[in-house]
Amino acid sequence: MPRILTLPAALLLAGALLAGNGARAETIMVSNEKDNTISVLDGETLKVVQTVKVGERPRGIVLSKDGRFLYVCAGDSDRVDVVDTTSWKVVRRLPSGSDPERAALHPDGRRLYVANEDDNLVTVVDVERGVVLQEIPVGVEPEGMGLSPDGRYVVNTSETTNMAHVIDAGSGKIIANVLVGARPRYALWQPDGKRFWVSSEIGGTLSLISADDWKVVGQVSFSIPGVPREAIQPVGMAFSADASKLFVTLGPANRVAVVDVATREVQRMLLVGQRVWNLALSADGSKLYTTNGVSNDLSVVDIEAMRVTRSVPVGQAPWGVVVKP
Amino acid sequence: MAVLRPSGRRALLASALLAAALPTVAAAEEAPALAIGYLALKLPRQLPSTLIEPPPQDEGLQGARLGLKDNATTGRFTGQRFTLEEHRTEAAEEVMPALRDMLGKGIRLIVADLPADMLLQAAAEPQAVLLNVGAPDDALRNEACRRNLFHVLPSRAMLTDALAQYLAVKRWRNLFLAAGPGPGDRLYAEAMRRAAKKFGLRIVADKPWTHDPGAQRTDTGHMSIAAEAARFTQGAPGYDILVVADETDDWGESLAWRTTDPRPVAGTQGLVPTIWSPVHEQWGATQLQRRFRAQAGRVMTPLDQAAWLALRAIGEAAVRSQSTEPEKVIAYLRSPAFEVAGFKGAKLSFRDWDNQLRQPILLAGPRSLVSVSPQPGFQHRTSELDTLGADRPETQCHAS
Repeated sequence: MPRILTLPAALLLAGALLAGNGARAETIMVSNEKDNTISVLDGETLKVVQTVKVGERPRGIVLSKDGRFLYVCAGDSDRVDVVDTTSWKVVRRLPSGSDPERAALHPDGRRLYVANEDDNLVTVVDVERGVVLQEIPVGVEPEGMGLSPDGRYVVNTSETTNMAHVIDAGSGKIIANVLVGARPRYALWQPDGKRFWVSSEIGGTLSLISADDWKVVGQVSFSIPGVPREAIQPVGMAFSADASKLFVTLGPANRVAVVDVATREVQRMLLVGQRVWNLALSADGSKLYTTNGVSNDLSVVDIEAMRVTRSVPVGQAPWGVVVKP
Repeated sequence: MAVLRPSGRRALLASALLAAALPTVAAAEEAPALAIGYLALKLPRQLPSTLIEPPPQDEGLQGARLGLKDNATTGRFTGQRFTLEEHRTEAAEEVMPALRDMLGKGIRLIVADLPADMLLQAAAEPQAVLLNVGAPDDALRNEACRRNLFHVLPSRAMLTDALAQYLAVKRWRNLFLAAGPGPGDRLYAEAMRRAAKKFGLRIVADKPWTHDPGAQRTDTGHMSIAAEAARFTQGAPGYDILVVADETDDWGESLAWRTTDPRPVAGTQGLVPTIWSPVHEQWGATQLQRRFRAQAGRVMTPLDQAAWLALRAIGEAAVRSQSTEPEKVIAYLRSPAFEVAGFKGAKLSFRDWDNQLRQPILLAGPRSLVSVSPQPGFQHRTSELDTLGADRPETQCHAS
């Protein structure tokens, strides 16, 4: 999961102020599901500067709070690899439970919540001590993991149960189960902590859920002229720096939708690479990076111009992306 | 959309939302249960054509059991339980008594792996709602359709349309059709002829295969098969691909690599249009394949997939309708709101004109997924999935 999504909005806004005049080079990290590597790109030159070998089938990636480490869910190796972001080596391996797909880091920087896709569990891992703190039973094929900005709630989505499970981070107990569209894959809290969004890949919709009563308070669906409904499969989500826009990847529709958060209207469709999975905002908030699983590249979107400016080849089947300022 | 909360009290929300208790052991035991039946007639099989795939004795059942498990996991959060009553027999005369026994216990939703004639007998019981997982017959979706008979597995027309679309895209337009002697073989060949017409392909040779394949285990058996296949395909008008119709998996493998002209084989063997294949790993299918293998100790077959999907369809209807009462679950299965995910990248739902589950069809080689139909470019007003099989304008079903 792109760590940048759960960074406090303040940091994003601070970054946004730097926009325009040669923001300092950031580092972009991409997990390549098929060749078991992380591609590391220089944010200014957009060149791959490192390729880090990790465990098998890396998908979800998360930055540590201080940015020194990258946590990599290596699904087929049943572990989380810890990559040092200066030496670009795997320095530790964390237990993760079976088949970790996505993970989210608690604001305390210690508790990593890992979705175990083939075990119907969310595993809570202490990243400092390298031990499992808790296993929380959830629905079938857990995937999406979203931490509320204040760290009180963890939202997990289960793909075959079609629910968002709201977990109290303090007790590890499920406090609400919200039925959403088919195959929910990602949960993202608004920076204000009042609501969270869930993308449903097969349902083809977004659900907006209120933290007051855990009710669905809104829904967004998509249509693209000339694209079959079945090909519109929302998965990855990221907010713009001011949180006024939500960017949503639409999978085999090869597009990123731009949703106005206030009106919930779909404003634009941006054509990116093939089978777009996930996305992350640049540190200055001016660009979006998307991972395109079939065309094996990263699309760079200029947010102000609302167009794709670059396509950068990375490894095979790129999936997750995070940005380190 | 429903919100489920652990408050223990039930509250009706705006769009039919219910709050339900979170799973405690006591609550789970008291939770209302939906009983589902599984009824199968398994005639003893002849020797398989290859030793590498011995026919599993629990084919279908294992799929249903995994579906039940998936429903149960979800049920923990919705306060619902699901049970499965299994009845599998080799004696045709046991089928109807077993069905009546289930109905007598209030089990109305029944997953049925039965041949077409037995399905129609079963559907004559007005209380029964059958989910067909074993009979691909087009007649059951047309002139012989029944309102209380749903079809989870694709019809032969859907399979052959899926293959024909792919051949049209490849521009492999000239077909040599070889049909076996079994009744299923003949119906498959008939479906292939219709599919060829529908998608602009030509059948340039259409021959019955009559050779007895029994010789393959004798020493030098391969020689007689090779000679037979060469003779069978010799002098055929120019064709692009040989389509075999051998549903019993008896001789279809005997033609590949042995034709006089070098031509690929498709149909019931070779490149196979199918609901499911062990080679399928896209759209999260890897997860289902793994869960199935961990449970059953073998790969998931098309019948297992259909049975799994039948259980999931019932589970999904129960969760969304917030009910374990058969009437309400059945009503939801029929409603336009119903949809279920089946690891093929599209939501699946029942066609209201013939109760057939619309679904993508895999085109699978022995060790790789070749394609998935509908093929891009075959457009449809409402759902591209309806380019496969009998569409609303051409249906002969008038019962639904």
